[in-house]
Amino acid sequence: MAKVILTPNQTPTLFLEAENITPDVFAGKDAAEIAALHGFVGKTTVTLGDYFTIEGAGGQTAADTTVVINGDVSRVKYIGMKMSAGELIVNGNADMYVGGWMTGGKITVNGDIEAFAGLGMTGGELIVNGNAGNYLGAAYRGDWRGMQGGEIRVSGNAGSDVGTFMRGGTIVVGGNIDVHVGTHMEGGTIIVKGDAKTRVGGQMVKGTIYVYGDIDVMMPGFQYRNDSDLEVDGDKGRFALYEGDMGERHPKKKGEVIYGQLYMKY
Amino acid sequence: MTDYLIKNGFVFDPVQGINGDKVDVAIKDGKIVDAGDVTNPTIIDATGMTVMAAAVDIHAHVAGPKVNMGRNFRPEDKLFNCTAGSGMKRMEGGFSVPTVLRTAYLYARMGFGFSMEAAMPPLYARHTHEEIRDTPIIDQGALPVFGNNWFVLEYLKENEIENTAAYIAWLLNQTKGFGVKCVNPGGTESWGWGLNCETVDDVVPYFDVTPRQIVSGLIEANEYLGLPHCMHVHGNSLGEPGNYGITLDTLKIAEGVKPQNDFGREVVLHNTHLQFHCYGGESYASKSFESKSKEVVNYINSVDNISYDLGVVTLDETTTMTADGPFEHHLSHMNNLKWANTDVELETGSGIVPFIYNPKTFIAGAQWAIGLECGLFIKDPMRAYITTDAPNAGPLCRYPRVYKWLMSAKARDDMLDNTLKYGDKIRERCYIGELDREISLYELAMMTRAGPAKTLGLSHMFGSLKPGLEGDVAVYPYNPETDTDDPEKIEYAFGNAAYLIKGGKLIVKEGEIVDMGNKRTFWVNAKVNENPMVERDISEKFRRYYTVTQNNYTVEGPHFVPNPYVIEVDATK
Repeated sequence: MAKVILTPNQTPTLFLEAENITPDVFAGKDAAEIAALHGFVGKTTVTLGDYFTIEGAGGQTAADTTVVINGDVSRVKYIGMKMSAGELIVNGNADMYVGGWMTGGKITVNGDIEAFAGLGMTGGELIVNGNAGNYLGAAYRGDWRGMQGGEIRVSGNAGSDVGTFMRGGTIVVGGNIDVHVGTHMEGGTIIVKGDAKTRVGGQMVKGTIYVYGDIDVMMPGFQYRNDSDLEVDGDKGRFALYEGDMGERHPKKKGEVIYGQLYMKY
Repeated sequence: MTDYLIKNGFVFDPVQGINGDKVDVAIKDGKIVDAGDVTNPTIIDATGMTVMAAAVDIHAHVAGPKVNMGRNFRPEDKLFNCTAGSGMKRMEGGFSVPTVLRTAYLYARMGFGFSMEAAMPPLYARHTHEEIRDTPIIDQGALPVFGNNWFVLEYLKENEIENTAAYIAWLLNQTKGFGVKCVNPGGTESWGWGLNCETVDDVVPYFDVTPRQIVSGLIEANEYLGLPHCMHVHGNSLGEPGNYGITLDTLKIAEGVKPQNDFGREVVLHNTHLQFHCYGGESYASKSFESKSKEVVNYINSVDNISYDLGVVTLDETTTMTADGPFEHHLSHMNNLKWANTDVELETGSGIVPFIYNPKTFIAGAQWAIGLECGLFIKDPMRAYITTDAPNAGPLCRYPRVYKWLMSAKARDDMLDNTLKYGDKIRERCYIGELDREISLYELAMMTRAGPAKTLGLSHMFGSLKPGLEGDVAVYPYNPETDTDDPEKIEYAFGNAAYLIKGGKLIVKEGEIVDMGNKRTFWVNAKVNENPMVERDISEKFRRYYTVTQNNYTVEGPHFVPNPYVIEVDATK
């Protein structure tokens, strides 16, 4: 597997928008060609070579290309945007839109990431060994198509509005989560292993949310159904099932009304 | 001003009966002239290309408050869909609700010279005109909506045609409007009461008037004034299965009415986006829903005073927007996406909902078929105009694709066989399977140029290459002798004009936009006899109901209409 190593050599004064940092774009290019790829800082067009020292070369296809960023890229946006295959490893913190609209492959961030990661993603894996920001796996502003497939794992905490308009796939947050979880959710699974604050599952139509810890204030539109013993993401426990959001429309399947499901661990 | 001589192109001009002949087209001082009348012109070599008068769009939603609301509430429409400025061009963006600049550039690239904004709420005419002003290149006009206006409802309840006409004349002057548009007559006002008008005889609550009275009265008032354009109707029950009967009822209201105008217009009623009004059956299910385009178009073929535009569904993700408030509410409950709605005081309302015409569903495919059938059943193409009701049935940029489908049975079969999931079912429930007609370039020129220009009352300016008309000429990279092998060439050529001359100025040169032109806003100034009653009613309504005064209502001055083109009409006789 071919490897491309990017080492940041300066911090952008503004922010570097680098949607070209993906195995898809790097595939078939040597270090010089990768260095010549464009990015944006404010209204100016720059090259990746202006901000990174680049070693190695891309493989023949995205699938056999690994991209490693060694260093802090907390002022670089759109890393791994729309990637379809291959691997991307960030050893440091990253800014917004990591793995936005990704369709396949694997991104690992050994650090914290900012908002809008995994936005509208339809496949692949996004692993964050650190904390995530707001709008993780959500939909782009105005859009109703949030995360539709794939998996996001965050070992630390996540911000607010995680999984807004989520339609499929799985988000696992190891720590705590801020307000507005799975708003307008129409499918998929969100697992919060720590505590949640308020407005979990507001206007939820379908899909499943698990919360292991506490929820500060429960949405009034959820109704208690039953208790059951479940195994969730390798963790066994007894869960209380609430269904909702009763204020929202719900589809029918074989005569049965389908609700959003919110499981709280005892 | 530079003179131009377009040489060696295949010219299509139905008004002059030119059908693909190699004729030179000359432009001098902004007007078409005889080829011999230009001296030392700039030569445009159109060898192997198609030359037509610039196209005329009779119905599109491209400026105004609801278009802008569509832009505001669909940021995702611009996601990954913006082009940075270059040369003359500024940044453009958006797909179904493009920026004003993209609208202008799109029209230029498609070879259009005039576009009619299809629904202007009078109260927001100022906003509409600001957007029109900011849309360069093309000439535009706007049709204020009258079908749910309190003045109109009150006058027509008593069949007061003269008062209605006086009010129309006043409103056209106040809003710098072009003609009379009528959307879901009575229905949008009923929506204010939680109701709708589903047939032409449903009574509007409180006003006690029916859509039949509204349509009939507006047609009469329109002819009383002798306006250039005829009454432009979007009938009741748009989009409802089984609505074709209501459409026929609406069309029959025009029976026997003769056009009265000095503009050469021959129709008295224009039924817009006919596709949405030709449905049979009782539900959207494939075992019930069916096309009734043949029945409706056959009726139109049997009379001579009705025109229509198609409103072809292009199977895209788009943004629906109409003054038909109840319809949009209904739609938002079908697809559960976001919905915006407005009630415009005494005048109208509107709604906006994003919509995906999914080729994997039966119903979207059937709508696609019905739109094309409306274009293929017509006997006189001078009365059927190609539109997508942009952006309702499809984005503006899809016009060339619609031309392709109309001009090539092969392209339609390819859709039915390969793209549409329920192609066979659609052949069974619609008429598309029995139609092998292919619209010729000559007919296309009627359906996109000569026809709409005539029905808008603008045939003395647009739609033909006759000497004396505006110097609006489009040259398309399409060779009618050799490019017939591949329908894709039609779509490419009509979306990428090689040249566009507008008002004698070269706007598109070798496919590139090189000039922002001299955009004009067309409006109609109708003079009527003094009418103290209507004047009193107007000041009374402003005093009692409107949230603004008349001073804040009138569209006036260069801020709103910097470059007006006024068409004078005298109805004082």
